[in-house]
Amino acid sequence: MTELDKIRNFSIVAHIDHGKSTLADRLIQETGTVEDRDMKEQLLDSMDIERERGITIKANTVRIDYKAENGETYVLNLIDTPGHVDFAYEVSRSMRAVEGSLLVVDSTQGVEAQTLANVYQAIDADHEIVPVLNKIDLPASDCDRVAEQIEDVIGIDATDAIQVSAKTGQGIRETLEAIVHKLPAPSGDRDAPLKAMLVDSWYDAYLGVIVLVRIMDGTLKKGMRVKFMSNGTLHHVDRIGVFRPAMQAVDVLGPGEIGFLTASIKQVRDTRVGDTITNDRNGTELALPGYKPAQPVVFCGLFPVDSAEFEDLRDAIDKLALNDASFSYEMETSAALGFGFRCGFLGLLHLEVIRDRIEREYNIELITTAPSVVYHVYMKGKEGIEGEMIELHNPADMPDMSKVDHIEEPRIKATILVPDEYLGDVLKLCQDRRGIQEDLTYAGSRAMVVYDLPLNEVVFDFYDRLKSVTKGYASFDYQMTGYREDNLVKMSVLVNDEPVDALSMMVHRDRAEMRGRAMCEKLKDLIPRHMFKIPIQAAIGGKVIARETLSALRKDVTAKCYGGDATRKRKLLDKQKAGKKKMRQFGKVDIPQEAFISALKMDS
Amino acid sequence: MDDWRNGGFGLYVHWPFCQAKCPYCDFNSHVTARIDQTKWAEAYRRELLRAAPQLSGRVLNTIFFGGGTPSLMHPDTVATVIDAAREIWPFSNDIEISLEANPTSVEAGRFVGYRDAGVNRISMGVQALNDEDLRRLGRMHSVSEARAAFDVARNCFDRVSFDLIYARQGQTIETWKAELNDALSMAIDHLSLYQLTIEAGTAFGDRYERGTLRDLPSDDNAADMYLATQEICEAHGLPAYEVSNHARPGAESRHNLIYWRYGDYLGVGPGAHGRLTLGGDRYATETYLQPGAWMEAVISGSGEAQRTLLSKDDASAEFLMMGMRLVEGLDMGRYRNISGKDLPADRIAHLVDLGMVETRDDRLIATDDGRAVLNAILRELLVE
Repeated sequence: MTELDKIRNFSIVAHIDHGKSTLADRLIQETGTVEDRDMKEQLLDSMDIERERGITIKANTVRIDYKAENGETYVLNLIDTPGHVDFAYEVSRSMRAVEGSLLVVDSTQGVEAQTLANVYQAIDADHEIVPVLNKIDLPASDCDRVAEQIEDVIGIDATDAIQVSAKTGQGIRETLEAIVHKLPAPSGDRDAPLKAMLVDSWYDAYLGVIVLVRIMDGTLKKGMRVKFMSNGTLHHVDRIGVFRPAMQAVDVLGPGEIGFLTASIKQVRDTRVGDTITNDRNGTELALPGYKPAQPVVFCGLFPVDSAEFEDLRDAIDKLALNDASFSYEMETSAALGFGFRCGFLGLLHLEVIRDRIEREYNIELITTAPSVVYHVYMKGKEGIEGEMIELHNPADMPDMSKVDHIEEPRIKATILVPDEYLGDVLKLCQDRRGIQEDLTYAGSRAMVVYDLPLNEVVFDFYDRLKSVTKGYASFDYQMTGYREDNLVKMSVLVNDEPVDALSMMVHRDRAEMRGRAMCEKLKDLIPRHMFKIPIQAAIGGKVIARETLSALRKDVTAKCYGGDATRKRKLLDKQKAGKKKMRQFGKVDIPQEAFISALKMDS
Repeated sequence: MDDWRNGGFGLYVHWPFCQAKCPYCDFNSHVTARIDQTKWAEAYRRELLRAAPQLSGRVLNTIFFGGGTPSLMHPDTVATVIDAAREIWPFSNDIEISLEANPTSVEAGRFVGYRDAGVNRISMGVQALNDEDLRRLGRMHSVSEARAAFDVARNCFDRVSFDLIYARQGQTIETWKAELNDALSMAIDHLSLYQLTIEAGTAFGDRYERGTLRDLPSDDNAADMYLATQEICEAHGLPAYEVSNHARPGAESRHNLIYWRYGDYLGVGPGAHGRLTLGGDRYATETYLQPGAWMEAVISGSGEAQRTLLSKDDASAEFLMMGMRLVEGLDMGRYRNISGKDLPADRIAHLVDLGMVETRDDRLIATDDGRAVLNAILRELLVE
């Protein structure tokens, strides 16, 4: 057990690519926590996808022993948090477990939208914040300008900002000293009943669920019986320990310390993040304020390309869900795509990560339907009784419009930082997506715009479009702000007079014709010609709002086919057969898989 | 009765050499300065003798000299092959012996020699009746040279066919119609009319990839040209009997009919393919592709590089793929025998509804419109 005044708990706040993981690596290396030969890049990112994409998805933690200049040895606990908006809930929960943050800003780039969102979370959690200017080894580094920007945009003092190159190691010792001297020690009462915060939990094939805890009061020992206060369940603590970053058993964890426990817990779902853990008898009466559980905001269908793999997909999704309580799913049947799952995600990145993991780790090829948000559909009341509200996760399930009173859609507050010269394009993009401008300010040559936007307009390809119109110079972050009524309708798509459920979507009435036309034109290009002509229509209810006709195939024959060609042409035919098998049949029309996603990408 | 007897038995002889490689051609052809004709004649003879024992008791219906450019063969070489075949198999009374020829004066000079060797049908690669287009197609002859060679051919042989390629760069439906009428005024009893196909790995294929093969007709224009071709040839008494082949009734290429009726054929020479029914099973055979490698293999025993037993699915797919090319269609009873199951009735009904196929007397027949989209029909019929 460590004395409270020798403990410092902190997190690192940074925009993606500003060097957070590299800085963490250097801190670990400098203090000798990991032998040099065991060092690898992005040490704390354990998933392949995390390393490949250079992002952190799960919160990770490491305990570092640091012998400071004053001769004392300190225990530094770093919780490394995800930077992406999708995982904002991970950030908020981690922030509550520590007392301070390093604010890492790339001195060649400056403050970005994500930095803002995360730093405000740190301020909300009453953190002491130490600004760190990274990448000072690069010629484009401009510490004065960036320090000024931190003061202007974020409003914290940056005069003592530490200048660091995580790459060369310059400034690392200064950073460690600042952690010791500028961040507060935790407080807590060792003799009080146990009060520990459940920070995170994940599934380990050998140990069962591993629970990351921060001890607030009292002590946690191996062999204890503890109570999870949210549901009153009792558990026998099998082992406790700390991360260095590998797991290392300890006998006791005291106030201010961060570590893990295992207690033969089978499912991550049985552990609620933010829960308070105490002694089974004579425990604390007062639970810590909990966090709200993360709500999925983006839904899409996942279907196996090969329908025979449905059971494999179920198995994969079950396993992933064991470790990710924020991901929801239920079985879905589509006339087009057969059996699959309707899944809910925290955002698009979360969706991509889960999809990639299923495809890669479980080797199942997937068809992903267009992402949709959750609409609130208010049904008409009857005889003075107010109608019920239905949460609509899938446009295909939209009830009959005549029974619907009104529909609300989720809105977000989007913050975009962009160099001056691209501002016009960004404003146009937001305007095109039904945005309402809320704020426009300048920090040097960069503009910061705040828009109120429908989430629906953002989930699909907003970020791609933003990157493309700003050549990658814009940064973007958002937070959900609530629901608002609008004139929304369900647009269905008919191919050869058959509705294709997987292509139906909710749109704003004013944009329906445009979206319908764009969709029909896209499908006309995406669907191969058949031996007959195929009408492609977009409709609202029974009313057709756009129509294209895919003309019939007139010429597809091998001109020369003699004895020597038989084998070769047969193999070619086999290949075409395989290609046809991969398409989905709608009545008599074959629709290629990519059509389901590509048709929904907007070019405007 | 073995199924192959419905199609007959033929011999294909591949001559792999050309004077130059044409930019659209993906056939097994090679350009070489000196060819030892005696050595090649002997090699073909050895190959026939090697194959003979397993094909005894058959009557030979056709021989076809293809290439490459078989009109570069010395008439003695051709005679050696024909004589060797005659010693092994009895010839049917009306045996057809065809040879592909380039329409140049040099080659026309060998026509009498070919006739004396036993060749009774010539197929000439005229390709276009327009000098500019011949140059673009990489041909070494001019239109007037082709016409002169054709006259020599018709004086030597009763049966003369020639090939044209259409849907060429810059061609319109009107210029093609005019050219086709011109060709029909020359034609005797047979015409092969191929739409230009851009094959990967050819000079045209490379240019197509780079986007420098300009002014090709659109798919719709090519479809119009195809349908016009069917009508015009029919009106001139040379109706289509296969996707790209037209003949006066009775003057069809019987050798090629063996392929399309899924008979048996022995392939000799570099890169020649065969289909042989042995002990009731159909095999696909293939010889060594490179002339040098083939020659060495023949000298050390056999030019055959591969022999593959065809599964019921593969054999029935081939039968369908080849048979549907014919205007006479295919015998669904034979399909049943080869594949062990029926063609899917619901798919056929759908194709009949679309006007793509007809059924008559247990035969499945593609309509004119259907033959133009035959690959789509085959995909429909073959996908489980």
